[in-house]
Amino acid sequence: MRDVAIISFAQTRHRREISDINEVEMLMPLMGEALAEAGIAKERVDFVCSASSDYLAGQPFSFVMSLDAFGPWPPISESHVDMDGAWALYEAWVKMQMGKTDIALVYAYGKSSPGNIRRVMSRQLDPYSLGPLWLDSVSMAAMQARLGLEAGAFTEKQMADVVAASRRHGAANPFAQLGGEFDAGALLAEPEFVSPLRKHDCPPVTDGAAVLILAAGDVARELSERPAWIRGIDHRIEAAALGVRDLTRSVSTEQAGARAGVADGPVDFAELHAPFAHQELILRSALGLADDVTVNPSGGALCANPIMTAGLIRFGEAATRIGRGDGDRAVAHATSGPCLQQNLVCVLEGE
Amino acid sequence: MSEITLPASLQGVAPVKSIRTPASLEYQYSAGRASSRFLNNVAQKRLVGQRCPTCLKVYVPPRGSCPTCGVATDEDVELTDNGTITSFCVVNVPFMGTLMDIPYVSALIVLDGSDIPIMHLIQEVPYDEVHPGMRVEAVWVPDDEIGATLESIRYFRPNGEPDAPFDSYKENV
Repeated sequence: MRDVAIISFAQTRHRREISDINEVEMLMPLMGEALAEAGIAKERVDFVCSASSDYLAGQPFSFVMSLDAFGPWPPISESHVDMDGAWALYEAWVKMQMGKTDIALVYAYGKSSPGNIRRVMSRQLDPYSLGPLWLDSVSMAAMQARLGLEAGAFTEKQMADVVAASRRHGAANPFAQLGGEFDAGALLAEPEFVSPLRKHDCPPVTDGAAVLILAAGDVARELSERPAWIRGIDHRIEAAALGVRDLTRSVSTEQAGARAGVADGPVDFAELHAPFAHQELILRSALGLADDVTVNPSGGALCANPIMTAGLIRFGEAATRIGRGDGDRAVAHATSGPCLQQNLVCVLEGE
Repeated sequence: MSEITLPASLQGVAPVKSIRTPASLEYQYSAGRASSRFLNNVAQKRLVGQRCPTCLKVYVPPRGSCPTCGVATDEDVELTDNGTITSFCVVNVPFMGTLMDIPYVSALIVLDGSDIPIMHLIQEVPYDEVHPGMRVEAVWVPDDEIGATLESIRYFRPNGEPDAPFDSYKENV
């Protein structure tokens, strides 16, 4: 396997609504920041891979226009995924394994503000049986939480503790949308939103974008003082039909975590893409993380959840922390689909 | 293809050959800073592009960035509503939403002072006389109908000037 590392990362200061600028204007400063951090001109980038959803933008082929933020002329080597940016990173990593690509730039963006996000997300369901019901993302997560609570997989107190910790971490993250000191007991006294979920158990609605640069081998060592090396990465998918899955655990995360080698060494911290509070508990258990492992030191998706981007941000946040020496070995994770249907797990290490 | 054998409980059930599941989503689209500035100028009957600080090309409508250099464009450049046809097509197929009688001409027009063509309609000239290099001018809708949209220009028509030399628009062909 060819050594590939994250060497640079930039993200927006995520907000409920970024309506004064379009997607290109949102991305362009981040491209400049990420390239400047890597110390390279854009001509050195061999491959660009982007992630977004036309359903969020409400425009067909909106991702093509977003390339103006990088500059696709003269023609560049480029690809796009209609998934979270973490999968664009995965595609870039696979391409880099083939040997000819030394530097890849990955970007992702999502504005939830133009549409009604709960209705928009329902369009990812199968169009025959679930789509016509307009089953929304919060309701599906609530069903998962209900199943987990009744099965004894976790408690409401644990969910409140997750929220309190996320918000505390979010307060220290200048890019996060939410943050602050919250008492778990006070959170539990809040009314239910979609039972058993309270509003704080759900992710905020967020507009945001992120750009990340990957480099291979000695190129990474040349451009970064402390690259975050991808030591293992694996992606697993579960069935689309919710009824055939055990929603109280995440089998795909268990498998991806095992194949990525999570248990092969100590984990200093983990950035887990858990849009709902109970999902962090399911993921923590699926990855077998010890109780003292800090999860989401950035605040996680509960403090900023730009759709199509929040997974890639987990990779960027983990790499940034390794780069500045907060830890030597971290887990980065991204999810996609309702109730943790797809999961991508990665082990990042400093040298 | 192998034959599919249905379980007994499903045999004889009338197949559903199609279902109709209407879906609609509403969006509040924001044009962004550069496009908003351009469209607000159109409402004033002005065409204002933006110049790339690196390669000096002038883009209209501006999207706030140079696709070649990947840098922000923030210098406004006032353009005229005259330009040169670089390419065109004769539309012979009616399609939903069209307000034009066929055949009609859609053309790429590089406005004087800009480096990228806009697309618009050509009228007041027989379609078989339209050609690259033809000089054209905008015909605006009446002042009380002008708004922040390119539909404020009804179409372009020949402005009577002699053809532009090929060298003046060859970069856009």
